[in-house]
Amino acid sequence: MATNAESGDDELQFRDPEKAEQLTDELEALMAEIGEPVNVMHVCGSHEQAIAKFGLRSILPDDLTVRMGPGCPVCVTNMPEVDEAVALAEEGKIVTTYGDMFRVPGTEKSLADARDEGADVRVVYSASEAAEIAEEEPDREVIFFATGFETTAAPTAAVLTSDPPENFSVLSAHKYVPPAMEVVAEMPDTDVDGFLAAGHAATITGYGLFEDFVEEYDTPAVVGGFEPIDVLYALARLLEFIRDDEAGLENAYPRCVSREGNVPAKQQLWEVFDTTSGEWRGIAEIPDANLVLSEDYAHFDARERFDIAVDPGAADPLTEECICGDIMAGKADPDECDLFGEECTPQDPVGACMVSSEGTCKIWLEYGGQPDL
Amino acid sequence: MSDTDDVGEAESSEDNSDDEVITHAHGAGGSQMAELIESLAVSRFAETDADVGLAALDDGSVQPIDDEHSVVVTTDSHVVTPLFFRGGDIGRLAVSGTVNDLAMMGATEPLALTSSLIIEAGTPQSTVERVTESMREACEEAGATVTTGDTKVMGSGEMDTLAINTTGVAVVPKGGHVPDAGLSVGDKLIVSGTVGDHGISLLSEREGFDFGGDLESDVQPVNDLVRAAMDAGEVTAMKDPTRGGLATVLNEMASKADVGIDVEEQSVPVSGPVSSAGEVLGIEPFDVACEGVVVMAVASEDAEAVLNALRDNPKGEDAAIIGDVVEDHTGQVVLDTGFGRRYLSPPEGEQLPRIC
Repeated sequence: MATNAESGDDELQFRDPEKAEQLTDELEALMAEIGEPVNVMHVCGSHEQAIAKFGLRSILPDDLTVRMGPGCPVCVTNMPEVDEAVALAEEGKIVTTYGDMFRVPGTEKSLADARDEGADVRVVYSASEAAEIAEEEPDREVIFFATGFETTAAPTAAVLTSDPPENFSVLSAHKYVPPAMEVVAEMPDTDVDGFLAAGHAATITGYGLFEDFVEEYDTPAVVGGFEPIDVLYALARLLEFIRDDEAGLENAYPRCVSREGNVPAKQQLWEVFDTTSGEWRGIAEIPDANLVLSEDYAHFDARERFDIAVDPGAADPLTEECICGDIMAGKADPDECDLFGEECTPQDPVGACMVSSEGTCKIWLEYGGQPDL
Repeated sequence: MSDTDDVGEAESSEDNSDDEVITHAHGAGGSQMAELIESLAVSRFAETDADVGLAALDDGSVQPIDDEHSVVVTTDSHVVTPLFFRGGDIGRLAVSGTVNDLAMMGATEPLALTSSLIIEAGTPQSTVERVTESMREACEEAGATVTTGDTKVMGSGEMDTLAINTTGVAVVPKGGHVPDAGLSVGDKLIVSGTVGDHGISLLSEREGFDFGGDLESDVQPVNDLVRAAMDAGEVTAMKDPTRGGLATVLNEMASKADVGIDVEEQSVPVSGPVSSAGEVLGIEPFDVACEGVVVMAVASEDAEAVLNALRDNPKGEDAAIIGDVVEDHTGQVVLDTGFGRRYLSPPEGEQLPRIC
C-alpha cells in the first residue's frame, strides 16, 4: 500500500545532526525489534554519494547493510556502446557526451583516448548543448552519446521533440531503472530485504511506478531524497516495513516526487523512446531496460543514420578480474576487488565503477570506503 | 596501458613502445606525481648536510650556512588558465606561491626572488606588462623584491601564452625553520581562512558558470600571517593547501609525521558561495587549491593565542581550529561530518562535472 509522508516534511532540517541522532536511535530500535541482519539496496549513485560523504555507514546499526545496486548509468553502459561512440568519433564526426562518460573504457579505448588521438570529442552538460553545437557546425555531423536513466532521458527527449538541426543525432545508451530492479530482485544470490528507490528518477516517473514491483516481488520499497536526513528517514521507513513483514511502498521524498511524476516529461519520454532488451555492463541482459529511439524519431537515431563500424580489438585482460558486476548486483563491496585502488584507479580505470562520480568504486576511494570508525 | 598510445610514431619506431609518457596525472599532486619525483630527482641528487633536503619533499630546502644561520630556498613554476581571473592573475600567483612556500618553512622575510618568464610569440606586450605590474604589487605586499630574472620566447603554438618560474631565498636562524612533518600527538590544527576559494572559483570560471561576483580566488602572500602566528606560539608544522587542497596536505602531514589527524567538518571555514558552487559542480572544496591560506599544527597550549593572532589580521579573520593530532589511525585523516565519521582521502584523478 502506498503512503505519502507529507506530515513530516516541514519538520525535516536536512543537515541537522540532532535529527540524525534521533533517526539513528530509531534505526537501532527497529533493528532490535527485527532481531536479525538486514540487507538494503539503493539504486542511485547520488545515494551512495550522500551515504559516503556524510559518513552515514559509521552510525548505522552494525547488522544493517546498505549496498549500492545498478544505480550508476555510466557504470552500466555496455562496452560495445562506448565502442560505437568511439567509432563515430574516429570517423571524423563530432561526438558529444557527459563528462562522466568521457573516460569510461570501451573494449579497447575510451572517448578520452580517441580525443587524445585527434578525434573531435566534446564534453557537454546537456542534450540541448549538444544540439547547439550542431547548429553552430552545420557542415559536420554532431552526435550526442546519450547516457543516463529517466532523469537525463527526459531532457534528451525534449530536445528531439523541439525540432533539432538535421545534422544532429542521438546514440542512445539511455536506460530505464525499474526492469533492472526486477532482475536484481530475482537474482538467487542477491539477498535484498528492501529497496531504497532513487528519488531523481522518481521525480520524472512518479513513485506510483513501483506499486507493481512491490506487489510482484513482495519486497518493500521507499523513495528517498539525497540529504543525510532524507536517507536516514527513508531507511527508518523501510525498516518499519521489514519489521512488519509488509511489502509496502512509501514516498519519503514528497517535496520532489509525486505519485504521477512529471506528466509532460513522461509523455515526451515515451513519445521519443521505446524500450528494448539490452546488456547492462557486468550485470545481465535485461528485458525492456534499454531506451531506443521510436520509429517516429528514427531519423535522429545515429545507429540508423550511420553504418557504425565497430572493430574494438581485444579487451584489457584485467577486465576479467574486475568485479564491477558483483558490486552492482549488491553481492560485493569495492574493497573486495583485488584491483581496487591498485591497478584500478580514477586515472587508469579498469571497470566503469571507478570512472564516474556516481560509481561505487570511485566514491569509496574518494571517501575512504566503509571505515570501521 | 593506454598511456603508451600517446607516444608518437617516430618514438615508437625507436622501440619506445613500453616507455611511459608524462600525463596530467603526473602533475596533479597524487601518488603518480610522488613516484615521478622519486624516480626523476630524489634518486639522483645526493643528500647534503641539509636541515631539510630534497628527499623531505617539503615546501623548500633548508641548508646551513654557518653555525647560526640557514638559508631557505624554494622554486615553483606557474601556469594557469585563464591568466587573469577573479581575485588575481598569474603574476600575483607566482609571487604569492613562492613567498608562501618560504613562509611554510618558517622563513617569513624573503631575501630575494627570481623571476623567469617564458612567453609565447604573439602574446600582446600589454598582457605581459599587466602581469609584471601585478608581480610588483604582490612583492610590495610581501616585503619582497625580484633581484634577477630571465625571459625566453617560444614559438606560437609551442606553449600556452605565459609561464612564470619564481625562486625564493631567505635566511632563518639555525633550527628556526618549520618542517611539514613536525606535528605531534596533542597538537591542534588551525587553518588561517576559508578553503577552496581559488580552485572552485577557477573551475567555475573555466566551465563557464556564472555564480555572480561572490566567487573569487584567495591568492595572496601570507608571510605576515605566518610571522604573527609564530610570534604568538609554538607552530610545529605548516603547509599551504595548494595543489590537492586541504585533504591532500592533511594526509601528507599525517603520513610524514606518523600520526593520525581528526578534523571536525563543521569547524572548517568554507564560504557560502564556494560551498554552493562546489555542490553544483560536484566538487569538494576540501579537494581544490587555496593560494592564500595556511594549515598549521600548533602546540595545544598555544592554540588560542595563535588563533587570536591570526584573526587580528584581516587575511586571517576566518581562521579556525579545525581538529587534533591523535595517536589513532596513523597516517590517515578522519573527518567527523557532524553525522558520522569517514576518511578524508586525497583527491584522485581529474575532476570532471558530473552527470546528474
